[in-house]
Amino acid sequence: MNDMSEQAAGFHSVDGQYNFAYLDEQTKRMIRRTLLKAIAVPGYQAPFGGREMPMAYGWGTGGIQVTASIIGLDDVLKVIDQGADDTTNAVSIRRFFKRVAGVAVTEATSEASVIQTRHRIPEEALTEDQIIVYQVPMPEPLRRLEPREAETRKMHAYAEYGLMHVKLYEDIARHGEITATYDYPVEVNARYVMAPSPIPKFDNPKMQMMPALQLFGAGREKRIYAIPPYTQVRSLDFDDHPFAVQSFEEPCGLCGATGVFLDEVILDDKGDHMFVCSDSDHCRGRRAEGHVGPRAAAAAALGYPAGEGEEA
Amino acid sequence: MYVATKGGEAAIDGSHALIAEERRGDPDVPELAVDQVREQLGRAVDRVMTEGALYDPDLAALAIKQAQGDLVEAIFLLRAFRTTLPRFGAAAPVDTAKMTIRRRISAAFKDLPGGQVLGPTYDYTHRLLDFTLAATGGEAPVAPEAQPTDAAMPRVADILDAEGLMQPETPPENEGEPFDLGREPMSFPADRDQRLQNLFRGDEGFLLALGYATQRGYGRNHPFAGEIRMGTVEVEFTPEELGFPIAIGEIEVTECQMINQFQGAKGVKPMFTRGYGLAFGQSERKTMAMSLVDRALRADELGEDRNHPPQDEEFVLSHSDNVEASGFVSHLKLPHYVDFQSELVMLRGMRAAAEALETPEASEVVEAAE
Repeated sequence: MNDMSEQAAGFHSVDGQYNFAYLDEQTKRMIRRTLLKAIAVPGYQAPFGGREMPMAYGWGTGGIQVTASIIGLDDVLKVIDQGADDTTNAVSIRRFFKRVAGVAVTEATSEASVIQTRHRIPEEALTEDQIIVYQVPMPEPLRRLEPREAETRKMHAYAEYGLMHVKLYEDIARHGEITATYDYPVEVNARYVMAPSPIPKFDNPKMQMMPALQLFGAGREKRIYAIPPYTQVRSLDFDDHPFAVQSFEEPCGLCGATGVFLDEVILDDKGDHMFVCSDSDHCRGRRAEGHVGPRAAAAAALGYPAGEGEEA
Repeated sequence: MYVATKGGEAAIDGSHALIAEERRGDPDVPELAVDQVREQLGRAVDRVMTEGALYDPDLAALAIKQAQGDLVEAIFLLRAFRTTLPRFGAAAPVDTAKMTIRRRISAAFKDLPGGQVLGPTYDYTHRLLDFTLAATGGEAPVAPEAQPTDAAMPRVADILDAEGLMQPETPPENEGEPFDLGREPMSFPADRDQRLQNLFRGDEGFLLALGYATQRGYGRNHPFAGEIRMGTVEVEFTPEELGFPIAIGEIEVTECQMINQFQGAKGVKPMFTRGYGLAFGQSERKTMAMSLVDRALRADELGEDRNHPPQDEEFVLSHSDNVEASGFVSHLKLPHYVDFQSELVMLRGMRAAAEALETPEASEVVEAAE
């Protein structure tokens, strides 16, 4: 941390008006303390004195505050939204850190030391040298079942998760399956039930024993939580209805990948559509290696993928 | 189509350029100066300072100009700026009894020490559009000089308090510094300092609607506008190196103390209770709404039934902040296609399963199984 302060002291943001990474050093210290607490109690939602950021609540302010508190001049930052580096809000957040912290940015998952994400975990396995920061809209997995914070905090304290199991059971009774498809609740370190943020349940298994540190920031709700490296993360299920992830019948139209999460892209108004990798860096990497998907030629004729690598 | 969903830096830059052009409007019309906003749109400045939780008329005026008059956006700008300011301590509580009064009215007493002072108010204007204001360049109007107000202007609540009719509200001893909502997250149950800070920053429209609802029976608490006073108060601060309080400036505030009936309870005599409202500048509507909601939220403390939204602390305090609310509502504009895709996959699967059940052979199997 001393190193970080020294770096910060020598840094001037592009405007020369703001401290390194926007937040003042006391605020960063407060957030780092909260992070340590969160890491010490995996899955526990630690309250923190979240600040108003120059981006709107609900647009990643929790993740941004966490990233701002851990980032140093040597870091390489990757920001994704929906798995892609070029979605507008990912561009906006990356720009913010370029402006107020002057750090190097990348689109390549393997080159990044800090990855801030909304709604996805990259396809490429993360390593011990990386930290993934999730933007979290609703940190409380029990909120839809119990609107009162005073109650849900008690439920966590007593590990009283019966309500959640009843909800999952009712899903099965009514629909034959658990209907949560994203933000699918997990149990961390055999203790806390935790919201993994609205990642598709497809990504849940990646959290289990992940070598990278996982940090979660909820700005509006002012909560931080964490999963230390190599921690048990179990998606809630029943013995006779085991957890299963989504599967896609078609491969990625551009790179032919299977076993990855795909976005559906509408090609015309007659119902033609194709599936493409949600993780744009993964897809680009595969195409660079020579993989060609079944719809690559048709997509190219339509000008897709567009604007690729404009920032790199 | 792809370009629309995969908007890059160029699209963002273009959008910013468009805002800048629109903000300026027709270049043949003179540009609005920040001091014009500060001087001539004062009530907007007051609201932005109050809900922005920062007393700085110049910055509030700048925020209003930058936001093209969108006050919720201006409040957001001021809050984000506030984050970058260092906090050097807590001021002493402002003493509104010593306020330099510009307006002071009581609906509870016909006359009282210090008298009723109407001051500047729209209350008795007829809401007729004044077409003379459409022309500019006229002479600046000057109000005739009034009698100076009495030196002593005791607060109505204090007068009732002296008679023992008002529920006494004395600060707890050795309380230390008050809760600071700008530094600490909300926690429930909330103490009154936390609640009042939240209501101070709370959206005027939201509080107005909730306060109005209490008048219409959703958490009724029989209010009288005991006193509304507006004027300037001194802010005192004790620097560590001095050890005694010094005045660091003056701020303009509006204060409203609602007086409410209280039937009494076991071992407690009937008396009046208080709902409290305070805001920067001339913000009478805000402070009245705030004091109604503050009183409604005291239901638990006073042993009243808690049946309506304005009495529900988590409901009110968790949703009053328009920076939080507008952020979370507007985030629905962000792409959600990963989650939507997940729902699509499930919906198609469930529909396919339902269709399979509708075929005669399949339903027979199900019936047999049952």
